[in-house]
Amino acid sequence: MTLALSLTTINVAYLAAGVLLIVGIKRLSSPATARSGNVVAADGMAIALLFTLLHPDVDSYWLIAIGVAVGTVVGVVSARRVRMTAMPQMVALFNGVGGGAAALIAAAEFHRLTPAGGHVDPDAMGAMLFSALVGSISFSGSLVAFGKLQELLPGRPLMFAAQQIVNGLLFAGLVVVGVLAGATEAGLWTVVLLLGALVFGVLLVLPIGGADMPVVISLLNAFTGLAAASAGFVLENTALIIGGTLVGASGTLLTVLMGRAMNRSLANVLFSAFGAPATADAGPGTAASEDGKSYREIDAEDCAVMLAYASRVVIVPGYGLAVAQAQHNVRELADLLERRGVDVKYGIHPVAGRMPGHMNVLLAEANVPYPQLRDMEDINPELPRTDVALVIGANDVTNPAARDNPESPLYGMPILNVDQAANVVVLKRGMSPGFAGIDNDLFYRPNTAMLFGDAKASVERLVAAVKAA
Amino acid sequence: MSSSLLTSITVFVLAVFLGFELISRVPTLLHTPLMSGTNAVHGIVLVGAMLIAGSADSTLEQVLAFVAVVFGTINVVGGFLVTDRMLEMFKRKPGEREPE
Repeated sequence: MTLALSLTTINVAYLAAGVLLIVGIKRLSSPATARSGNVVAADGMAIALLFTLLHPDVDSYWLIAIGVAVGTVVGVVSARRVRMTAMPQMVALFNGVGGGAAALIAAAEFHRLTPAGGHVDPDAMGAMLFSALVGSISFSGSLVAFGKLQELLPGRPLMFAAQQIVNGLLFAGLVVVGVLAGATEAGLWTVVLLLGALVFGVLLVLPIGGADMPVVISLLNAFTGLAAASAGFVLENTALIIGGTLVGASGTLLTVLMGRAMNRSLANVLFSAFGAPATADAGPGTAASEDGKSYREIDAEDCAVMLAYASRVVIVPGYGLAVAQAQHNVRELADLLERRGVDVKYGIHPVAGRMPGHMNVLLAEANVPYPQLRDMEDINPELPRTDVALVIGANDVTNPAARDNPESPLYGMPILNVDQAANVVVLKRGMSPGFAGIDNDLFYRPNTAMLFGDAKASVERLVAAVKAA
Repeated sequence: MSSSLLTSITVFVLAVFLGFELISRVPTLLHTPLMSGTNAVHGIVLVGAMLIAGSADSTLEQVLAFVAVVFGTINVVGGFLVTDRMLEMFKRKPGEREPE
């Protein structure tokens, strides 16, 4: 084919593509640049694909043309049609087909190399079998994840007796089959390996329940990355090695981070807790109070990103704000958010602070525009539509027990219904109860996160982090 | 060990460290889009699928390679599009100034 370029030219193009993929992933990890990061990575991908068409090994185009056409139609239609709520299963599906592609590449290479007589290079053989194994696990595991999230399969954990032992034995069996396939170079063993890996992928994901699914999809995402990288070893292709390895490594770290955000350590997600419901025993960032209730801690950077990309934020000031003299900093934070287009209001409880009107006086001193201050009756109907309720040093006036728990001494006191906001962040020095000496249920709600520290220092950190977001 | 294998291993090891470094400080809000974005990146397997499809000579290889190309394309095209849709929430709002 006269179109073909030299391998050197193509490898230079792969290097450029690799750089764009790296820059793209870097930009994807910060909110201000994430969107452009996706575009940069897509550009890198386009370069790698275009130059592959000009690779000297490629001398027939019809299979590629039809395959790309079919795949593009399926990809575009499903990506466009999917509702925002169904995104996770769509990612699972795209991940699964990627893993499937890696396994198929390995199978095709195995078929091409083995009948040649003589021995296949053991390095290539090892990479091929690894790619077949991990790609197949990722394929079937992702399909099960898709089925569960799409409610084609029951979402709850499906378990049977001695599941972990069965899985362990099956995996050991797969390793043996892999060794046999490598030693004998017999196609039959490779087929057994592929099918066994498919079964293993199913068994791996079946026992995992609803809330753990995103973590598992992230893990399978890393698997597919590794499968792609090892396909790169088989084909001696740097673009595949770079792209696949980046995803394998960053995907593994992301899995750890996601587990941590859900109060699970990776070991917990991987082994013991495959299937067990989430408990409070887990990783850093969480803690349990004496009676076993657990709360979630958030850092200023995470909280700042949440605020900066919200549409509506309600700030609920309390006595802690007054003590820390943080009113000027709070105003600076609100101004910053307003400048980003966030709608910011203050929810003022009539008895917040130590005297009626305490908060109004404080905020007026910081020149907070009067129209932003809302009384309890005005702000409560808006809270269910609020993205983030930022509670700064207020406690009893936000305690949902006053509304829901007839046993509570606070029962019947009108409160600010901050628990109805999509997210609640409570700025507080520690977990001590409020003025009335009553534990606040709000802190243990799943949509609540605690930002510990002196109110003034915490708000200063938020201001700095919002500027950087 | 051949020198080309050694080069491949070098690239692999460096990419492992780079992959960890790249996303070490990512806010919770971006976990899902980042997962989706990296998901699209491993669609790079399509490069391998194309190489196989462009040089396959037996029918079995052609069938395997064809399915691999379809799968890889879905991974790439769907992956980047879905990520872009997720990231629409990060679109700049009117009146916002450029961050420095």
